Amino acid sequence: MNKIKKTFSVKGMHCASCVLIIEKSLKNIEGVSEANVNLVTEKATVVYDSEKTTDKDLVSAVANAGYKALIEEEFQSEDKERVEKQKELKDLRTRVIISLGLGFLVLWGGFPALMDTAPAILKNFWIQLILATPVQFWAGWIFYRATIPALQHRTANMDTLVVIGTTVAYGYSAFVTAFPQVVQRIGIEPMPYFDVATIIIGLILLGRYFEARAKAGTSEAIKKLIGLQAKTARVVKDNKEVDVPISEVVIGDLIRVRPGEKIPVDGVITEGDSSVDESMITGESMPVDKTIGGKVVGATINKSGSFVFKATKIGQETLLAQIIKLVQEAQGSKAPIQRLADLVSSYFVPVVIMLAIITFIVWYNIGPNPALLFALLNTVAVLIIACPCAMGLATPTAIMVGTGKGAENGILIKDAESLEIAHKVTVIIFDKTGTLTKGEPSVTDVIAFNNGKENDVLQYAASLEKFSEHPVARAIVTFAASLGKTSSHPLDKAIRERAETENTQLFVVNKFKANPGKGLEGEIMIGENPKKFYFGNRALMKDLSINLDAHEAEIQKLENDGKTVMILSSDSDLFGAVAVADTVKENARQGIEELKKLGIESVMITGDNSKTAMAIANKVGISRVLAEVLPDQKEAEVKKIQAEGKIVAMVGDGINDAPALAQANVGIAMGTGTDVAIEAADITLINKDLRSVAATIRLSKKTMRTIKLNLFWAFGYNIILIPVAMGVLYPAFGLLLNPIFASVAMALSSISVVSNSLLLKRYKIN
Amino acid sequence: MSNTSNGMDKIIVTIFGIAGIVLTYWFFLMKKGRVVAVTGSVDSENLLQVDIVVEGGYSPDNISVPKGKIVKLNFLRKDPSGCLEEVIFPDFKIRKYLPLNQKVVIEIKPDKVGEYKFSCGMNMFHGKIIVVD
Repeated sequence: MNKIKKTFSVKGMHCASCVLIIEKSLKNIEGVSEANVNLVTEKATVVYDSEKTTDKDLVSAVANAGYKALIEEEFQSEDKERVEKQKELKDLRTRVIISLGLGFLVLWGGFPALMDTAPAILKNFWIQLILATPVQFWAGWIFYRATIPALQHRTANMDTLVVIGTTVAYGYSAFVTAFPQVVQRIGIEPMPYFDVATIIIGLILLGRYFEARAKAGTSEAIKKLIGLQAKTARVVKDNKEVDVPISEVVIGDLIRVRPGEKIPVDGVITEGDSSVDESMITGESMPVDKTIGGKVVGATINKSGSFVFKATKIGQETLLAQIIKLVQEAQGSKAPIQRLADLVSSYFVPVVIMLAIITFIVWYNIGPNPALLFALLNTVAVLIIACPCAMGLATPTAIMVGTGKGAENGILIKDAESLEIAHKVTVIIFDKTGTLTKGEPSVTDVIAFNNGKENDVLQYAASLEKFSEHPVARAIVTFAASLGKTSSHPLDKAIRERAETENTQLFVVNKFKANPGKGLEGEIMIGENPKKFYFGNRALMKDLSINLDAHEAEIQKLENDGKTVMILSSDSDLFGAVAVADTVKENARQGIEELKKLGIESVMITGDNSKTAMAIANKVGISRVLAEVLPDQKEAEVKKIQAEGKIVAMVGDGINDAPALAQANVGIAMGTGTDVAIEAADITLINKDLRSVAATIRLSKKTMRTIKLNLFWAFGYNIILIPVAMGVLYPAFGLLLNPIFASVAMALSSISVVSNSLLLKRYKIN
Repeated sequence: MSNTSNGMDKIIVTIFGIAGIVLTYWFFLMKKGRVVAVTGSVDSENLLQVDIVVEGGYSPDNISVPKGKIVKLNFLRKDPSGCLEEVIFPDFKIRKYLPLNQKVVIEIKPDKVGEYKFSCGMNMFHGKIIVVD
């Protein structure tokens, strides 16, 4: 039972009876437990069991009643967001043009250096008032609109500062215009500052316009990912191919994909073969060959052949949907580095208001004449120059671009914190099998000791291994948990495969037992007589106190070649050994070298004995090896290295080594996009290329550099320019900040922070 | 004014200024949040819910919810200010765009007692979810 709730639009309703009709026909579908239709919103909300009911059923039920159901495609809200954002931008642009246009006229007539060239009418204070008023209260209404309810909540933000600053300038100017004689009487030339109010509003709006445009760019990666989704699928049914919307594909559908087409959902190929461009998901540019039984991923592109596949994952379950969800979540999380900025910004605006009042008091009391004007203009400058937005934008914009950049390259980052910690990593521990090596080992040698038969050795070994895959006896079921791990091990598989290809006959095995990380044991029935056999590594032999000295040379030779040697014995005698080797990944050495360049030490962890382990480690260029580590000890080994004061990243498959990944400061799952791995790891690398590990670290370093620069700029800007606006440079240099320049600086500071984050997009990750 | 001889104006400006600073401090930094407990209001599926109006901040901004229950937070943004266009729940890894005048439902299921802050995209407006047993 998998109950889900879905809301969709229904077209064609015009009265209350339509509602009842549709509700009734929806409720008649098997699996639907609840159906509500709303005439006003033209929407139906249905609760149903997704195992029994599909979207198709809902659509046809509504259609049968004579109406049309528009089952929304997922992620449609993103589109809505885009439309609304565009509307906002357009509105903002109109306000910018009008306020800057009118502002220019006011400036022309009022600014000392320009006014001589201006027509007389613009110099009229009343005309200036008329020109400035729409700017203040229509274009600037956005600021008032935000400030008034904020004040009701006793909170303040940037809009509050703009409102106070421009209202002070506008109010004073209006007063001067209406009562010039009052101002004159106290010894001040009656001069309005409408230009200050209008130009500030125009420029800050302009800044917002650019900021909004730039900010839209920070979430581009997610839009791109959403855009990757296929719209339709060609479903094969009764030998006919029908194009259906992607939302109507159900699990088990057979789908035909032709050359050049997008694969609509995740599935397994049942017919045909092809090569598939998976770069949009994995970041790997080389197409991947697929044949029957091969897994295909939705949103990737079929290159050459035509094939049919069976849908195994649809909707929110597909890898693409998982990636989108993960990136969205990461972008909603907060990086620890943001804490200080958060703390500062929560006090910032009230503190700036207090500083502005202090500025006024000081200038009024000890400033030069006309003190009121100096006090007024400097107060306005302080209010306008303060920019809390830059601080608020510094971290999240960079995180958004950084995580998006990662996703484009097959690097999925779970949250901002993981991205932040990754740049501090000093040691990276690699699991050997499947991470440094391909994880597809094959049997290379079968040796029989003491003139025995090689085939016997393989026969006994494979019998034990065979048994580990088919747990028939009830006793084995109890072992399932530990057994599962042992039997799925690539080494076991390799031995079984070898036995199969040589048609080796297998024996019945009793009292089977798996010793995780060591090997297997069981009684093999040879004729009527049961005989106990052990098959495993040195650790198992040691447990049995079996002396390997007589065959040490042979075993060592294999181990020195980097092969994993499994030894077959009875309680007392040695029978032989089977050597299995795994190949190192092509880019492993390069990946480790790139990490070395970043100053990161690589460590290899494996259950193999140290000789085999060293042979592999040498091949990839790793010098520190943790060998003979049992699966459940990996976590402890991570802890040990952490105790050395190191920041540790652990790279594994995310399935067998989940505890170690969780223990590491950053857990990286590699070469897999399964739910389990994504859940266990902080960072998931979808491709199998080891260079991605270094790329991840570089991305983290680059993102953190961007964040630090942003924060430095945002803090530095306020720390330096607020005092300048207050007039600290005036006594020594006679320097003051014109409020108009303050507004330019303010607008630029937010834009520069967002633009700096956007620069991350250009960063070449490889 | 500064060119008047008795300097009374300076004293008045200073006194009003200091009063303004004190008032600003009190008004913005000493406010006590009102806590709204979500207990009674449920929707058709019997899930707890609370309507949050986004206008110059969040009202209510302090929301007390019981532990381990799904709570629907129905956001309705009425404020066109760009600052409030996104709401972020960092502890729940939620960053959600709030279209103007449209209800946006955010579902959370807090499993631990504590305070979870939420804020606007630029961290200018704040609220918190207080999870109680």
